Amino acid sequence: MNAWKTIKNGILDENPAFRLVLGMCPTLAVTTTASNGLGMGAATTFVLVMSNLFISSLRKVIPSNIRIPAFVVVIATFTTIVQMVLKAFVPALDKSLGIFIPLIVVNCIVFARAEAFASVNPVGLSILDGLGMGAGFTLALMILSSVREILGAGTWFGIHIMPAGYQPMGMLTQPPGGFITLGIVLALVNVMMKSYERRKSARKGIQL
Amino acid sequence: MAKRWNASSSPHWRDASSTASLMRDVCVALIPALGFSVWYFGRQALTVIIVCVLSSVAAEYLYQRHAKKPVRVNDWSAVVTGLLLAMNLPPTAPWWMCAIGSAIAIILIKQIFGGIGQNFLNPALGARTILMISWATLMTATVVGRGSGEALDAVSQATSVDALTQATPLALSLVNSRSPYTASQLFLGTVPGMLGETSKLALLIGGAYLLVRRVITWHIPVTFILTVFVLFLIQTGTVWEDGSSQSALYQTLSGGLILSAFFMATDYVTSPITPLGKAIMGVGCGLILWVIRAFNPSYPEGCSFAILFMNLLTPLINRAFRPIWFGETKAGEVKGGA
Repeated sequence: MNAWKTIKNGILDENPAFRLVLGMCPTLAVTTTASNGLGMGAATTFVLVMSNLFISSLRKVIPSNIRIPAFVVVIATFTTIVQMVLKAFVPALDKSLGIFIPLIVVNCIVFARAEAFASVNPVGLSILDGLGMGAGFTLALMILSSVREILGAGTWFGIHIMPAGYQPMGMLTQPPGGFITLGIVLALVNVMMKSYERRKSARKGIQL
Repeated sequence: MAKRWNASSSPHWRDASSTASLMRDVCVALIPALGFSVWYFGRQALTVIIVCVLSSVAAEYLYQRHAKKPVRVNDWSAVVTGLLLAMNLPPTAPWWMCAIGSAIAIILIKQIFGGIGQNFLNPALGARTILMISWATLMTATVVGRGSGEALDAVSQATSVDALTQATPLALSLVNSRSPYTASQLFLGTVPGMLGETSKLALLIGGAYLLVRRVITWHIPVTFILTVFVLFLIQTGTVWEDGSSQSALYQTLSGGLILSAFFMATDYVTSPITPLGKAIMGVGCGLILWVIRAFNPSYPEGCSFAILFMNLLTPLINRAFRPIWFGETKAGEVKGGA
């Protein structure tokens, strides 16, 4: 597995939110505005990269019987760092993300990558995997939060971008809107991935 | 040679009624209420009805075409969805809101779950609720139709709130213990409200037609309306008494209760199958509606929420109150062992 493939895997083939359907709590809860989505994606990416780096370098030292507590310690450390940095430099973002920042500790994406990738792969690849997965998660959050903010509030990153006569569809920024938007976007992603895979196998000359 | 044997499981009793004929009956039953609303609210109401029906049919056709499913537009179900949605919208609803509502009802609530017979919510009510949450001000602004201006002027002077000049009977009941409307106004429908809900007389005529044609049974409408009436009677102890807006009769004749009981809660797909199940659905709807109307200050009306909630319970009701077969014991075992 080369470097580019590892990154592309996280963004496209195994996009954590759209393909693996992991990390649904933050995906549904914080995607009310684009800045929330970007902030959450960046925070998760940082924790992913750093925890993958450390777990991968410690993979020969951690006994497999107690690997889960060991992962938790590593992940919790970096989550705490993220939380302190956010509190110190962007208190507004910290306030709007609220409980979902400390909850990165139990985010399934971070755990899944630690367990499935970082604990069995070399350090370099694990960092790239964290980057790819983080980028894929951020991309998914950005798509969802942009749809919800633009249609639901008429703004994007807080700037009015819809025409003046536009009546925002308030439901989309509320919890039910999160579920409905996620469902529709997942359906569209599935359609796109199907045609992408069909093209890929056609290029390789495989008959389906 | 054409296939001549039709192998299917029982029942084998066939008659002439079809989805299309049932749906046409519903359309016929809606004519009195639709006619009244066009007369009372004027051309706006007609526009809302036409946009809703056309966009519902268009959404159904386009989705089925695009999803490569058999196009079943001519079973009239999309027309009924459009009409019912229009009846649950204010006559002032802008055309784009009608179109979005129809698309939500047909595509998001009905077709994505498998089309007719597969939806877990009443499409028109689900769409109405989404519109209600999204554009609350547009959805609650209602116009005064002909002839009800005087009563409303009295209210707005008494409370000096301009917004109330367009408030519905139920919105008034939140702020005003005395109602400016008489029982006959409420019954005939010369009050502000959603497009199709005002005239109880027209709705009852349509409901009676459905009952006579055996499109619906009496269980859901009667238990639903009776539950609301009795609960408000117990709560306030008055049937009418000078038009107190919490009185049992005022609450029964206000808002979308009659419309919902006959046309929305009786949807085949989202209501229980057996008579007992239907009665439970009716009582449940009435109970939830009473709780929302009597104890929730932010929503004066709760018909949509009550019915949608019971829609979700319908599969459970069907399972819990399955009729006992001949020869079966209560525990579900067949007597005599098998």
